[in-house]
Amino acid sequence: MQTVSQLPDEVNYLDYKGKYKGIFAWIFSTDHKRIALLYMYSMLTMFVVGVVLGLAMKLELIAPGKTIMDPQTYNSVFTVHGVIMIFMIVIPGLPAVFGNFMLPIMIGAKDVAFPKVNLLSWYFYVLGAVLVIASVLFGNGAPDTGWTFYAPYSFKSGTNLLPAIFGAFVLGFSSILTGLNFIVTIHRMRAPGMTWFKMPLFPWSLYGTAWIQLLATPVVGITLVLVALERIFNIGVFDPALGGDPILYQHLFWIYSHPAVYVMILPAMGAISEIIPTFSQKHIFGYKAIIASTLAIAFVGYFVWGHHMFTSGMSGTAQYTFSILTFIVAIPSAIKVFNWISTMHKGSINPEAPFLWAVTFIFVFMIGGFSGLVLGALATNVHVHDTAFVVAHFHFIVFGGVGFAFFGAIHYWFPKMFGRMYDKVWAKVGWAFFTVGFLTLYSPMFYLGMMGMPRRYYDYLPEFHAANILSSLGSWVMTFGLLIIVINLFRSAKNGAIAEINPWHGKTLEWTVPSPPPLENFDEIPVYGEKDGPYEY
Amino acid sequence: MYILSNTTNASNFVEGVDKSFVIIMGISFVFLIGLTFTMLYFVYKYNKTKNPVATQIKGSTKLEIIWTVIPTILVLVMFYYGWAGWAPMRKAPDDSFNIKVVARMWNFTFEYENGKKTDTLFVPMNKAVKLNLNSLDVIHSLYIPSFRVKEDVVPGSEKMIWFIAQREGLYDLFCTEYCGLNHSYMLNTVKVMPDEQFNSWYVDTTKRVEVALDSPTENGKRIMKNIGCFACHSLDGSKLVGPSFKGVYGHEATVITGGNERVVTVDDEYIKRSIYDPNADVVKGFNKGLMLPYEGQLTDADIAQITEYLKTLK
Repeated sequence: MQTVSQLPDEVNYLDYKGKYKGIFAWIFSTDHKRIALLYMYSMLTMFVVGVVLGLAMKLELIAPGKTIMDPQTYNSVFTVHGVIMIFMIVIPGLPAVFGNFMLPIMIGAKDVAFPKVNLLSWYFYVLGAVLVIASVLFGNGAPDTGWTFYAPYSFKSGTNLLPAIFGAFVLGFSSILTGLNFIVTIHRMRAPGMTWFKMPLFPWSLYGTAWIQLLATPVVGITLVLVALERIFNIGVFDPALGGDPILYQHLFWIYSHPAVYVMILPAMGAISEIIPTFSQKHIFGYKAIIASTLAIAFVGYFVWGHHMFTSGMSGTAQYTFSILTFIVAIPSAIKVFNWISTMHKGSINPEAPFLWAVTFIFVFMIGGFSGLVLGALATNVHVHDTAFVVAHFHFIVFGGVGFAFFGAIHYWFPKMFGRMYDKVWAKVGWAFFTVGFLTLYSPMFYLGMMGMPRRYYDYLPEFHAANILSSLGSWVMTFGLLIIVINLFRSAKNGAIAEINPWHGKTLEWTVPSPPPLENFDEIPVYGEKDGPYEY
Repeated sequence: MYILSNTTNASNFVEGVDKSFVIIMGISFVFLIGLTFTMLYFVYKYNKTKNPVATQIKGSTKLEIIWTVIPTILVLVMFYYGWAGWAPMRKAPDDSFNIKVVARMWNFTFEYENGKKTDTLFVPMNKAVKLNLNSLDVIHSLYIPSFRVKEDVVPGSEKMIWFIAQREGLYDLFCTEYCGLNHSYMLNTVKVMPDEQFNSWYVDTTKRVEVALDSPTENGKRIMKNIGCFACHSLDGSKLVGPSFKGVYGHEATVITGGNERVVTVDDEYIKRSIYDPNADVVKGFNKGLMLPYEGQLTDADIAQITEYLKTLK
């Protein structure tokens, strides 16, 4: 296999001058790498909004009674926080940024299968984001239903809900198109000789994810359209006052929104499966077992949505069936953890920032997973459902899981994406503050939920005060860590030391092209020989 | 072993639920600590300074089988205990003491078979109590943490919670399904009383007679408190979901009737209409559809007493 196929003076994708100038060179570019960065910057913008809303909530909850806002504002704040973080950050998250950037390079392709569709999906993303923001800025008050839009409250609320619902609908299309693009790319554009079982694990995880995006997202699209029709024309599907069934809404919503959790977490697991072998300088342990568990999660993940509804009034049979399926889906996740830890065994470990993020990912993911077992069991679910325990659980999974993996991935691939290395000391300082802050912020919520504090609570009884103070303090420490990380990366993208082609000594194909990669990635499409593979150290 | 020490055996379900907590969390902690320390040990032991060259190991079918089978067995054990602690919650004994729960934005009221209505849930000790759940508007959820019971209160569907309270005392009761503006204020108290004490409270109608002999204004206030008017209408002039009651009687209000603005004087007739058909005339600046009609829940006599009380709110 070749090592470097380009001449060193070939112009990279960042400096490339095409038909358009200035900002148009970006927003009209169909280059998968530029689209990835467009996604990254637009997500960062929305993430800042989401974080500020989160901080406002934690500040409100630092003491019982009114602290900084009234209940109506608080209800809108947690709704918009949820909509932004779920639909605009964690669902597109790793696929849209690292999937777009790395997938073609990792499988030896010049771009994704449909570059124009790829750009279109970013336009949909921006349009969806604008609609959601519009619902906040205009009309009869910001949406206050929670990101779940549960019927029939979503019909009673007098707030400006329709743009937010339509925004989520449009964001769904962005997700579907990305999924479609990745499936075709992976099927059709792998380098010669790269058989399915020679494909790296990050593309594998994107493959599992893409099928969920393609098959599950339309369900929530249809559901949101029905909510909109019901709000406008009173058609009577979900509202019991009109003869509808509010539980049907919950089924339809979670048929998508539970698999969506796997849309978030599978690519995160994929990124971790790349980082750990590279920094252990060792072949991944149980390559096929990890692939099998990815596919098992993607498949079984479709059939567990009912565990969000154990107190909603499903039949007893439905309840224990969903409970047992939920426990089954825990097993492939456990298998992945065992394989990651075994990969470290007898490795030669270089504890750089990406590796530290990966190790803490495993730790917080385990906490999130184990608390998921508490929620999957019927008796314990009844006690902690809809309490702060659930809030802690899903923040450990979707913020802990996706967030730690995202930061691991950005520190891993940063030198490739920008051709410069970040300050490694500051990277570790940021990681330390973030991790300590994260654990301080969310761990107390497990305790609060066990004590019985409901979620989506503007005000609370005095017995819940102490743990809430701790949690609010954690939010400040975590944000401080976040600032260090972001500032370090931004400075380094401009002024960091020039990065080598392969600073971490990785074996996957992205480490064979220059940093940053040229417009079409490879001069000559690489060929995988008999002995080649993504983890052959 | 109990997860919340002050609620030991507060209800018949505590033991089963807490047992599954202890089993699930116990297994989880063993694995969490074991795996975390293994990982940290590897990171330390196989640091590149100590181990410059990695030993390439690609996997082990034997290990994969072991760590698939063992977790499978463990999660099935967890499932079993979760199921065992939950199954008894599904069917209430036939001789349960029935209480009707009416949930609305944003309060619960409890109606007893002899006509008593309360905003605190009074229950007898050591006796099966069945709460029949009704919602008048959106989905609520009735949750008594100390009893380990929770069930959504869904409009248009028949659902129930049952339990046997086993310890005398006062317990919190929350709404746990987000239901709008004052969700976090939708909470009540459960008062568990020994059987005899409960019975004398239950049959004691003197209290009601006493109230009835009170001035109509006091009675009006009590009725309004019980059905939860004050969750949305303040007494001090501040704007909540609906207009304040302060100085409301006799003042002129601009209302929207069928899309048209008009000015009305708040009198007996207007108050009655606002309670029986609240969406007919909505005061300008407030939203339609948030208040439900109280026709059938309140009598004309009740409304007369409410009106007397409103007159006093200058």
